[in-house]
Amino acid sequence: MAMTAPAPTPTSVGTQTPLVDFTNVAMKFPNGTVALSGVNITVNRGEFVTVVGPSGCGKSTLLRIASGLETASEGTATVSTDRIGYVFQDATLLAWRDVQRNVELLAELNKQPKKERREKARAAIDLVGLTGFEKNLPKQLSGGMKMRASLARSLTLDPELFLFDEPFGALDEITRERLNDELIQLFVREGFAGMFITHSVSEAVYLSTKVVVMSGRPGTIVNTFDVPFPMPRDPDIRFTAEFAELVGEVSHALREGHQG
Amino acid sequence: MSATEATTVDSTELAHNVDVDPPHGSAVSAVDMTVSREAVRTPAERIRRGVRAALPPLAVFVVIVIIWYGANAILAPTQKFLVPTIDQVIIQGFGGPSGSQILIAVLRTTGVAITGLAIAAVLGIGWATAMSLARWVQRSTYPYAVILQCIPILALVPLIGVWFGYEFNARVVVCVMIALFPMVANTLFGLQSVERSQHELFQLQKASKWTVLTKLMYPAALPSIFLGLRTSAGLAVVGAIVGDFFFQRGQPGVGTLLQTYARLLSYPQLFAAIIASALLGVAMFFIFGLIAKIAVGKWYDPVN
Ligand SMILES: Nc1ncnc2c1ncn2[C@@H]1O[C@H](COP(=O)(O)OP(=O)(O)OP(=O)(O)O)[C@@H](O)[C@H]1O
Ligand SMILES: [Mg+2]
Repeated sequence: MAMTAPAPTPTSVGTQTPLVDFTNVAMKFPNGTVALSGVNITVNRGEFVTVVGPSGCGKSTLLRIASGLETASEGTATVSTDRIGYVFQDATLLAWRDVQRNVELLAELNKQPKKERREKARAAIDLVGLTGFEKNLPKQLSGGMKMRASLARSLTLDPELFLFDEPFGALDEITRERLNDELIQLFVREGFAGMFITHSVSEAVYLSTKVVVMSGRPGTIVNTFDVPFPMPRDPDIRFTAEFAELVGEVSHALREGHQG
Repeated sequence: MSATEATTVDSTELAHNVDVDPPHGSAVSAVDMTVSREAVRTPAERIRRGVRAALPPLAVFVVIVIIWYGANAILAPTQKFLVPTIDQVIIQGFGGPSGSQILIAVLRTTGVAITGLAIAAVLGIGWATAMSLARWVQRSTYPYAVILQCIPILALVPLIGVWFGYEFNARVVVCVMIALFPMVANTLFGLQSVERSQHELFQLQKASKWTVLTKLMYPAALPSIFLGLRTSAGLAVVGAIVGDFFFQRGQPGVGTLLQTYARLLSYPQLFAAIIASALLGVAMFFIFGLIAKIAVGKWYDPVN
């Protein structure tokens, strides 16, 4: 793997080591497709970084490298934690397990004792507001509830780094906005760092402390925007001029990157 | 009764949830719908539904009976024995000494078929597992599973007799040969139906192959495995009867009986034995359907 395990060496600048540190990362697949080229990105503790970019530019690939599912073909990709939560685009729940047992799965795979993982799962279910649905099977859940269950499952890992690959893409706007607020609350309360992918610019601005805009394939970073609004976000911030302005700037960068 | 209990619990939960966070109403309404659909189905309603479902096949059955009697009626008196009437089949075929003969033969055939099916299931699931774990196993051996399916099994039967003797073992081997392919193909399909992201979920936790197999691939494949079992069960019955036709030694099953009755021109008995074999096939189909329903029906919704 390209991940070099916990890096204790202090960096020359600042006091903290970034959780994710990509330097000049490129990804060329065996079939010749170049998905990423020259990507530099850092995610520090306390940061929530959202990546937007045209379809096929390599956003998922970026997360897959960060999680260790894929190895960068060039550059260095350092992730200095092994407590990584990964939320897939689809909820990836196991159809034969009820919510409780689905949420327990990761702890179970990590061979945690039964009692411990049951308690962890219960706490996580509570955190995402699924209490009362522990015995429901995935087919008895709506799309939004499945996503909550998927979030809860990752929360049991108590992740330091949370990777989200378009988790709310398939949801209606109201459910999505609601889950956005819950996610922010989790972010504030649990203190993980986040890397989030979305196609929605307003979702990106609303959720994150930093928005990274990528160009079309081969994906490279064309612009980075700091989001100055305080956490947790006030839902009404969406209707302010500052918010609209930032959304406009990001959209503009996105369009330019697409053409370039 | 327990269903209604669950329903009430659910709806209070739902009401509670609606109070707490209105925006996820869409999530709630989906559950709400399933709840109300289940709640509507009273016992009386369920019986009415059952009757309505049973009516069309019952009508067809009546038509068959009429045609059967009709055929007997229009035949010349000297040919009537070719199509015995239903009462003849019941009284002379299932009643009397041939009745117990048929019952014993059916039980023996069942024994052969179940043994063959069990072996085919173990071999089939094992083979499919090996193929799903290693691409090269699949590439090098799957063609032979297909070839096995394409060989007219009757061509092999005499050889099976020579190799395995003309008794129980040979009959079982015929069943295995005939029932193996659906087991292999269905199990493999089920094992490979697991989505990539679900595999990655396990991979991220560094799960071992064994864990992936037992906690992900086998559970996901269960519906397909049961589908294979159901198909193979019917085929195993066919195999057992075919075995009887060729292997005369050992304890005779229904196949032997069918031949005997045909040779002796005992047509009511022949019809009874045919009906008994058909019932055996149907029973196997239903039993495995039922087992599947109990095992995976709760979480698995078949598409059809
Ligand atoms: N295993 C692979 N082998 C070959 N090419 C791949 C592989 N995985 C991804 N690609 C290619 O790499 C490019 C980037 O893929 P990726 O999934 O990262 O895009 P994305 O930005 O997440 O797109 P989307 O927004 O549509 O999800 C695509 O052109 C894709 O076809
Ligand atoms: Mg993607």
